Amino acid sequence: MSNDEVIHLEDVWVRYDEQVVLEEVNLSVEAHDFLGIIGPNGGGKTTLLKVILGLVKPSRGKVTVLGGSPEESRRFVGYVPQYTRFDREFPVSVWDVALMGRLGQRGRFRKYTAEDKRIAAEALERVEMLDLKGRQIGKLSGGQIQRVLIARALATEPTILLLDEPTASLDTQIEVDLYELLRRLNEEVTIILVSHDIGVISAYVKKIACLNRRLIYHASKEITPDMLEEAYRCPVDLIAHGVPHRVLATHQ
Amino acid sequence: MIEALQYEFMRNALFAGVLVSVACGIIGTYVVVNRIVFISGGIAHAAYGGIGLGYFLGIDPVLGAIGFSLASALGIGVVSKHTRQRVDTVIGVMWALGMAMGIILIDLTPGYAADLMSYLFGSILTVPSSEILLMLLLDGVIILVVALLYKEFLALSFDEEFATVVGIPVERIYLVLLCLIALTVVMLMRVVGLILVIALLTIPAAISDQFTSDLRKMMLLSTLLGVVFTGSGLWLSYVFDLTSGATIIIVAGTTFLLASSYKSIARHRAQMR
Repeated sequence: MSNDEVIHLEDVWVRYDEQVVLEEVNLSVEAHDFLGIIGPNGGGKTTLLKVILGLVKPSRGKVTVLGGSPEESRRFVGYVPQYTRFDREFPVSVWDVALMGRLGQRGRFRKYTAEDKRIAAEALERVEMLDLKGRQIGKLSGGQIQRVLIARALATEPTILLLDEPTASLDTQIEVDLYELLRRLNEEVTIILVSHDIGVISAYVKKIACLNRRLIYHASKEITPDMLEEAYRCPVDLIAHGVPHRVLATHQ
Repeated sequence: MIEALQYEFMRNALFAGVLVSVACGIIGTYVVVNRIVFISGGIAHAAYGGIGLGYFLGIDPVLGAIGFSLASALGIGVVSKHTRQRVDTVIGVMWALGMAMGIILIDLTPGYAADLMSYLFGSILTVPSSEILLMLLLDGVIILVVALLYKEFLALSFDEEFATVVGIPVERIYLVLLCLIALTVVMLMRVVGLILVIALLTIPAAISDQFTSDLRKMMLLSTLLGVVFTGSGLWLSYVFDLTSGATIIIVAGTTFLLASSYKSIARHRAQMR
């Protein structure tokens, strides 16, 4: 275990009832990594993030986050869930959502302090959403909601940021903007993001892994056709959809 | 109506209407945004078991209802978080089981349960002053708890997973919310009856939801609407000699339909432009 290691998974298995969702997953993430995990829908990507957050208990294996258990460490982990699952009608403003990131920092029954408000405002500023802080969440575009959710995670002052499908159903330009933002944030925090889309992700992450129940990861940025084949079990189809050549090793 | 106000029962009725509207406005807002209308229905109907128990043991049925609705709220809450059973099925079972227990317990009680119907269909006109005090107390409890846990309730309603990750004891807070719903149900039982409880709990909040996107304003507007509905329903039932609880619901339901049509026409016009 290296000193810089922030996340360590060893032989992790997750079962829902009889179904195996994660199988023999080993993963080591170091501080300031920017890890992209790609894989098909239903391949266990969200489950893997929830294991790191301690929301899902593995049926076997060991998980260490920042030297402790996931539950102990999760207040240092900023979580950005899939924005598409939110109820857009929900009556809550951008500002209130950003402040939710500060909830764990206080005891119950306390009001938000001036410091909480300053940190939440800074988080919104960093994602360029402070001007829209009074807006109801449902009146924002997909990319804007995504930014607000990132601000909420940043307001927890995390050392690790986990993002679940942050670019799902966003326009390419907005997607690129979002990755630029993540690249800037990566100067301070370790980032893990999962996506079913191999497109733009590969240009921004430092390391990439494939997940389809099993995790295929060589701690590098290269995806070999073998990795894809193992993860997707349908390599031809994927390449036909345009996997960026720069991440592929030499073709046969 | 003015001459009607000379009667104490009429003043009590109006006052009871205001008091339940406060509870409905605050708690109904959470019920609507959390989409737990069906859970609330389950709690309300299970409370009937408590009415039966009250008759059977010879204690105040309202106390029985408080006990039963709290127990069913906790039961539904725990079961819905911990079992892989379909939650709506579990709620449906408790819904029916609670009512059945109530009926059986009343069967087993000697004598005729004279004011049984008032719990099923409400009787705002016979609310005694002692119960007004109870309502005042329950309103106080609800306002205090919501004031203390407002941030937590909001985070929980909006995104339960994130709330867990930042360290909120999500399950306990959720159970507190369900208990507040149970207390509200007991208050409403007097006014519109157990069967119509969900209507008054949800209609004011559902209307407000269409006109504001701020949780606090939604609570305030729902409370005002509740006062208008109970007040005007009471007046109509007095003038036309109708059942008060049902008249209140008819007024609320009609307003809901009008508000919804108005909103959809407005949206349609905005699109045409």
